[in-house]
Amino acid sequence: MEFSRWGHVNIMPRILSAGESHLIVEFGQTIDLAQNALVHRLARQLGEHPLVGLQETVPSYASLLIAYDPLVLPRESLIAHCTELMRAEGGLPQKRREVVEVPVLYGGEWGADLDAVAERVGLTRDEVIEIHASGTYTVYMIGFMPGYPYLGGLDPRLSLPRLSTPRTKVPAGTVAIAELQAGIYPVESPGGWHLLGRTPLKLYRPTCSPPVLLRAGQGVRFRPVGRVEYFHILERVAWDDYTPVVTCEEIA
Amino acid sequence: MKTLLVTEGGLLTTIQDCGRAGIQAFGVPVCGAMDTYSLRWANKLVGNPQTLAGLEMTIKGATLQAMAPLLVAITGADLPITINGFPEPSWQALHLAAGDELAIGSVSRGARAYLAVMGGVDVPVVMGSRSTFLRGHIGGFGGRVLRVGDVLPIGACEDRGLLAGSFVPSELRVPLPASVTTVRVMMGPQDDLFTEAAILELARAEYVVSADSDRMAYRLQGNPLAHRAGPDIVSDGIAPGSIQVPRSGQPIIMLADRQTTGGYAKIATVIGADLPLLGQTKPGDKIKFAVVSYSEALLLLRELTTKLHQPIVPVRGHRTLRVTIDREVFHVRVGELVS
Repeated sequence: MEFSRWGHVNIMPRILSAGESHLIVEFGQTIDLAQNALVHRLARQLGEHPLVGLQETVPSYASLLIAYDPLVLPRESLIAHCTELMRAEGGLPQKRREVVEVPVLYGGEWGADLDAVAERVGLTRDEVIEIHASGTYTVYMIGFMPGYPYLGGLDPRLSLPRLSTPRTKVPAGTVAIAELQAGIYPVESPGGWHLLGRTPLKLYRPTCSPPVLLRAGQGVRFRPVGRVEYFHILERVAWDDYTPVVTCEEIA
Repeated sequence: MKTLLVTEGGLLTTIQDCGRAGIQAFGVPVCGAMDTYSLRWANKLVGNPQTLAGLEMTIKGATLQAMAPLLVAITGADLPITINGFPEPSWQALHLAAGDELAIGSVSRGARAYLAVMGGVDVPVVMGSRSTFLRGHIGGFGGRVLRVGDVLPIGACEDRGLLAGSFVPSELRVPLPASVTTVRVMMGPQDDLFTEAAILELARAEYVVSADSDRMAYRLQGNPLAHRAGPDIVSDGIAPGSIQVPRSGQPIIMLADRQTTGGYAKIATVIGADLPLLGQTKPGDKIKFAVVSYSEALLLLRELTTKLHQPIVPVRGHRTLRVTIDREVFHVRVGELVS
């Protein structure tokens, strides 16, 4: 049965239960732009065609978590509704996107794992920085914590598994990698990724609207900065006097 | 405006309601009470809507001074409660006169106690909720735990003629942890990424709640659960009660302040009906898991929800009696039940 089409993609999603009050519609198990577009499409459709008892949706790379009240909305009805929506036509891909420049101070106390990463992938620390900062990343989703961007597009040469035991504290602004993903910690939190550096930008601003700097679908580029510039930007951000550099580009 | 003054903050006291809805897509956690069942009962006892904000007190309670007459109730864990030094029961509506000191002690059983006040704790609503999100420094009282000197605003409400003394019958109170607490789970969403031995072990092993457990997650210690091919998945959304397993094999249960998405495989999910019980376990407590089906989980959730529809046992009024026993004089307050 064909459920969802987007360009060349023809996917039969898996529907999984996460307890009695949550469903996961899983379009795949990889990081893929087309799959990700299907996730956001279903989230949008559920927003446009809500059901009583449907509480909220949480989009991620390749799946959509759906919270519902099973005492009001039986699981079978919700599955039937999702199936119908996924069969429907429509949902256009994005043509242009914004690319946000994120300044990063690499290594030292700002990126505690830079040397270890360089050693494990068999490169010098400068090569790791150069590779990390030369790519354009895609914000697949915001999650894990307020404003945390999950970035796809990491160079496979830097791919490493997550830490076997997550750290209990990672400072706000830390730029990190794991597997084929990159990310930036908006607030201090536990974390299992490899820490490369730190950005002076604030990704989570609870008093602003919207409260998050980056949004799904945007592009991100990292720019290495020295200590002087890092602290300069940090101070300007603190005074609310820094506007991140944003450019616009066509999606290939 | 009526207020409550914090004269001692306790170990970890935060303002919580039933959490934020609809903002997980921005990465903002749900938060809210770890044991929403007890918070709901506390609210019922003082005549509030069940989801109004109250105080969540962890392990050691707060001491508060009423700056105006207030009706309050404390539910959840077993702990000593006094008003001006005189012991008072939990799971019962209590009257505070202006100036009265309400002291809530340390838990003897359970982990968290909830204080509701008639009118609710009226801090600003942030993203749809009054719940404190500690790591995000938002919600509740300045996004932080309560400290000495904090003045809590209490919402205005009409006198509903409620009286102190009405209580929650014991069979409707939240179950508190035993020497080994059995927590029921549904397998999945990613149980297929674990070995058969791990699946069997989950239903057999005993785990200890570790010291670095908090409102975000309980880290468990016990026999490791092995993955078929590593713990990493493409990050996805996390339901409350999800049991994720990192490479170390030690399970982590994701709770109220959990991150919205994560990249560790989740072997099972604690059912909604047992989240309040789990929220009453504390570091050092032993946990066992029992696997149930979707229909069993649904039945148990319905049972719990039905309990919340039961009425509190009201009182018509009370009298204070002076009783002398062995020449010692006691003042005994007697409530008259409405039958």
